Amino acid sequence: MPDRTLGVLAAVFVAAAIGGFLLPQWALFLSTVAIAKALVVLGLMILWRTGLVSFGQALYYGVGGYAAGLAGRWLGLSDAILLLLLGGAVAAVIAWAVGLLLARYREIFFAMLSLAFSMLLYGLLVNTEALGSTDGVNITQPSFLGYAPGGGALVRSVYLLTIVTGLIAAWLVQIFLRSTIGQLASPIRDNEIRVEYLGVSVRSVIHLEVVIAGALAGFGGVLTALAVGHIDPEMAYWTTSGGFVFVTILAGTGSVIAPFLGALLFELVQSFAMTYTPDIWQLMLGAALLLTILFVPGGLWSLFERRRVGA
Amino acid sequence: MIAPVLEVQGLGKTFGNITAARDITVAVPARQTVGIIGANGAGKTTFVNLITGYLKPSCGRIRFEGNDITDLSPREITRLGVGRSFQVAQVFSTLSVLDNMAIAIGIARRGADAIWRPLRTRRLLDDAEAILDRYRIAAYRHAVASTLPQGVRKLLDIAMAVAAGPRLVLLDEPTSGISVEEKYEIMEVVIGALAATGLTVLFVEHDMEIVERYSERVLAFYDCTVIADGPPAEALHDQKVKRFVVGETLHRSARPAAAQVRA
Repeated sequence: MPDRTLGVLAAVFVAAAIGGFLLPQWALFLSTVAIAKALVVLGLMILWRTGLVSFGQALYYGVGGYAAGLAGRWLGLSDAILLLLLGGAVAAVIAWAVGLLLARYREIFFAMLSLAFSMLLYGLLVNTEALGSTDGVNITQPSFLGYAPGGGALVRSVYLLTIVTGLIAAWLVQIFLRSTIGQLASPIRDNEIRVEYLGVSVRSVIHLEVVIAGALAGFGGVLTALAVGHIDPEMAYWTTSGGFVFVTILAGTGSVIAPFLGALLFELVQSFAMTYTPDIWQLMLGAALLLTILFVPGGLWSLFERRRVGA
Repeated sequence: MIAPVLEVQGLGKTFGNITAARDITVAVPARQTVGIIGANGAGKTTFVNLITGYLKPSCGRIRFEGNDITDLSPREITRLGVGRSFQVAQVFSTLSVLDNMAIAIGIARRGADAIWRPLRTRRLLDDAEAILDRYRIAAYRHAVASTLPQGVRKLLDIAMAVAAGPRLVLLDEPTSGISVEEKYEIMEVVIGALAATGLTVLFVEHDMEIVERYSERVLAFYDCTVIADGPPAEALHDQKVKRFVVGETLHRSARPAAAQVRA
């Protein structure tokens, strides 16, 4: 079976790469943060398809950001690619450990337990001077395989690293979703007994998904840290997790492209709302979510799907 | 002598002080088709649940092809080659019939590379169609499972249970909730499809005519244990079976109160 999504991904990537040399700096920064968050949402999407909602993805997002920040501060590590791999790996290990427990739970218990773990990290960060406490940590200026840009070139470099990461992640997730294990998402949501009686451990599949989602959130955290140049405990706070769930609903879970679309729109709406209606921007976001749930319950992506079916 | 496919010794199960199975000893050789009969509450489903790991026995051993499976989990038992269908068909209700089948075959075939290799290959879908055809439900291939008639759901459940090519399959009331005319149709399809694969089959059934027609051997359950074991011609005419199992079934409509006693 041919997979059109991979072709679309490649085309979007080429356009985004060209955009990296044409778009103004603010747009590159906004896109970088959006794509970084989209990586987190990509992981949430995998869980969502399995019938699980994590209200604690900020845990891995925060772990990724802090791994990058502290590796720079303590180990003098500045290579962005190394930081990225390190942040993703640390987040994956944490997700594996948390997943041992989390994979036993479903529904609201899964959601609340993941929230609880993320608040543990938040509490730890806020109360530990060595980790910067509430002030957080500044990121040492990153280099890219020996190239150490500054100013506008740095913004573009982080952007390019982000779109490459986004492409690879979306590509791999797409392959995963089409694989036998990936295709077990709906079956597990539907009927765990039948899945077990087909010879599959539901718990192992969910554990694997938690690790994949954790690693993706870790990558997102590192890229956000590199783009912003600073990390603080807010990254691990529950409202950050809530934002990711928000984008998941806004985007829809029908395609690996949806999280990127949803995250870009979210960042745009948020930054315009903050600029033009600084006092009521949360109200604007709330209204956007309400309208999504009322009129496009399948998320933005469902608009594309419906048109494709009609065509 | 070849080891029996299924060997059950002194099997028992209690929940607190309630007995659900006691002292069951049975050996089933390869390729035998065994009908399991008994009134409601006699322990038939408990027996199936114990063998397939859904319940853990309180005592006794269960061996499959010589391997002790007493303490294994349902998925471990499934992987060894034991399939089962359910009294209430267990299918993926939000997926199409074809997708249900594709998942079942996909799991059976994929090994460690199940994370990377796509599930939906042309070949796998063709094979799924072929199985649906064999179970005469191919016409429903694109129907969502929750919308299926009861009989089709049952057939899909059974087809999925044997997708992995097990050597032993347990069918828990394959014809329950199905009209009398349809029952024979379903048994014809199921027994026909299973016989072609040389499987050992245990099926729970309330309809004595169906048991007589499709089984080579009958296990009659009463009061949580086996009270008769033999060819249908003998077992169905056993005095105890007549009194506790067959009689009750035949006269259920005439004696509703008696039928309720063990329900």
